[in-house]
Amino acid sequence: MVAGLHIGLMALAAPSALAETPPGARTDLLQSWNGVLPQSRGRWTPVDHGAFKQLAGPFKTPEEVTQACLGCHTQAARQIKNTIHWTWSKRDPATGRMVGKKNVFNTFCANITSNEQFCTMCHVGYGDTDPNKFVPFQARADDHVDCLVCHEQTGDYHKIPFLGGNPAPRHMMVRPGCAEFYGTDKAYVDPPDLGKFARSVNVPGRQNCGGCHFYGGGGDGVKHGDLDTSLIAPSHALDVHMDAKGLNFTCETCHVTSDHALTGGHYHLDAKPENTPYQRGNPHGGNPVACRSCHGDAPHKGHDVSPTLNMHTANLACQTCHIPEFARGKVPTKMTWDYASAGKFAANGTPLSIDDKRGDNIYWGVKGDFTWGRNVVPAYRWFNGTERWMNMGDRLAPGSDGVVEVNSIEGGPTDGKSRIWPFKIMKNNQPYDPVNDTLAVFHSFGLDDNAFAMTGDWQKAITAGMKAAGLPYSGRYGFIHTRMYWPITHMVAPARDALRCGQCHTDNGRLASVPGLYLPGRGSDHLPWLEHLGRLAVLLSLIGVLGHAGIRILLWLRRRGGKR
Amino acid sequence: MTIQRAYLFKRFERFWHWSQAALVFTLLASGLRIHGVYGGLHFLTALRLHLYAAWAVSALWVFAIFWHFTTGEWKQYIPTLEKIGAVARHYAWGMFLGERHPHHPTPAHKQNALQRLAYLWLKLMINPLLWGSGILLLLATYNWLPAARWAAPGQGIALAAWAHTAGAYLMLVFVIVHVYLATTGVTPLAHIEAMITGWEASEE
Repeated sequence: MVAGLHIGLMALAAPSALAETPPGARTDLLQSWNGVLPQSRGRWTPVDHGAFKQLAGPFKTPEEVTQACLGCHTQAARQIKNTIHWTWSKRDPATGRMVGKKNVFNTFCANITSNEQFCTMCHVGYGDTDPNKFVPFQARADDHVDCLVCHEQTGDYHKIPFLGGNPAPRHMMVRPGCAEFYGTDKAYVDPPDLGKFARSVNVPGRQNCGGCHFYGGGGDGVKHGDLDTSLIAPSHALDVHMDAKGLNFTCETCHVTSDHALTGGHYHLDAKPENTPYQRGNPHGGNPVACRSCHGDAPHKGHDVSPTLNMHTANLACQTCHIPEFARGKVPTKMTWDYASAGKFAANGTPLSIDDKRGDNIYWGVKGDFTWGRNVVPAYRWFNGTERWMNMGDRLAPGSDGVVEVNSIEGGPTDGKSRIWPFKIMKNNQPYDPVNDTLAVFHSFGLDDNAFAMTGDWQKAITAGMKAAGLPYSGRYGFIHTRMYWPITHMVAPARDALRCGQCHTDNGRLASVPGLYLPGRGSDHLPWLEHLGRLAVLLSLIGVLGHAGIRILLWLRRRGGKR
Repeated sequence: MTIQRAYLFKRFERFWHWSQAALVFTLLASGLRIHGVYGGLHFLTALRLHLYAAWAVSALWVFAIFWHFTTGEWKQYIPTLEKIGAVARHYAWGMFLGERHPHHPTPAHKQNALQRLAYLWLKLMINPLLWGSGILLLLATYNWLPAARWAAPGQGIALAAWAHTAGAYLMLVFVIVHVYLATTGVTPLAHIEAMITGWEASEE
């Protein structure tokens, strides 16, 4: 009978959900696919670039390497220059606003403008090696595209801070606090053998993307929370897809790329994808990055509660249950940052640096106070994929809590386009112009006297930054609390570590403050008067029957006594 | 005083009663866990129990409804005012004094006026409320109805859930009173024995 019911449960639950499952969306397909592809990246293409005469070198400048690449890959530079990896700027079709690093604020180092020669250490191009001379991206020749940063496989290629994205052109001293970016534990770096990098090229691996994306915000794991160096060779427990001994996905397995343009990105997300999944046998046009592209809309199968789990996909992003915590790879992520306390210098004149007992840096004179998190429980919000990004010069519009959101997220329970998503919420207390009512654009990094990192002088740093941005500055500054949302989507845990039902279906659970749902087990969804009335009725009926029984027993005992 | 015995409950009725009793207890216990009234048991275990028991009780009700109509037993639930005052007086007073029950059950008239009203209330109010709201909850949450707009989160689904909650409290009250009244036969176990063997003892 139980077996019959089991089948009944499945059969009744399955039709509508399964009907939307794209053909071929099967996990066993992935397994066999992985079996077809060799584990080693080195054998993915039939080409060994190390055998090419064109790459024999020696190369004096990185531009010469690019020229060699472009000799065969004739369209590559033109393709790269059309991507956000190059432009750092694009128009968000959902809001019509300009996004990309060039245009928006973040709640880490706040802004790129006036700091380009430092920040372009993570740009896919080569600027001028003069720390004070930023060449705009659109003014750069094709051979200023950096092919190596994404394609070299030695792991020794490092773009040096303040040099506009160039590798070390000469013997240089490592700047204090920046050793992580020079890729050395020595006090200096020497110009690398560029030919060695050129001959190693292949399709990008996790450490290529990670070289920049794992270090966003100024160091390993700082920015995203779900991207850090623990993903270079992750365990199954950390990420089931990138598992180095298992599926061994590279970033591009999901962020499918064509013509050097990657899919995905967090200026706008497909929060509830409904177009055709990007799969063999389907018309293209869908978003390959979404979980749904492989797993379909009814991803749980073969279990009596599968339909019950599948129904959650209507309201929950896969990530909500399957990434129970972020920063799970032992690398901590920054959770708060307070620029207001920055500017202290140690006795020797270098910015003051304080680490806590664990070795986490909790104060740095250049940036202020920090707090860090490991195994962080995300915040959960309704999200339709649209983020409204603040542009430089925008008037401040703090919420009721007085906090300015540099990317407010949109969506709600009734728009039919939203799901509940997990977020890292990064907070800062950053400088602003209280007269013009704008967030300050400031010059934090440079080797000049206006750079905050050099002098700790906000007035100079903001004056220089605002000037570079072409914005008015009143000459007065204060600090205002800011918030930034980071949708969490990497570090997908094994099924056994996914959220348990009871972590949300309870009072004070993970979704305690998410509105617009009736969540069984969550007391705040109950009708208080109904609960009171119901419990009162139960109590009264118990009192009634116990009273009635008491009288019955008492009088029965009396009658029995009387008969004696 | 003589004790009269009558064969009141046929085999199906007894099976129906006890399996339904087990299912109702399962549903109440798992439902209260899902509702968050107590912890300990895993939410998923409770949900599983609740779903299996719900399907089982639905199947049982289909059989029971069929049985009632094919055998004509549904007539047992037609409300009557016959001796209703005397019956009410018995439960409120006469029982305490050891008086005889004014109603003598026979196979054709198993239930007294109050029982008829109580079971009619159960079958026409509590059960349909639970069944109806439960089916709505299934349809809404599992998205069995295509384009079930009313089932958008926080909309109609909460109404169905509240109705289900109300039904559960009503059922719990019914069960408490029903279990107690089962001890009010000619001896405390007489009614229970009748539901096991089919033979009810009553005072002539």
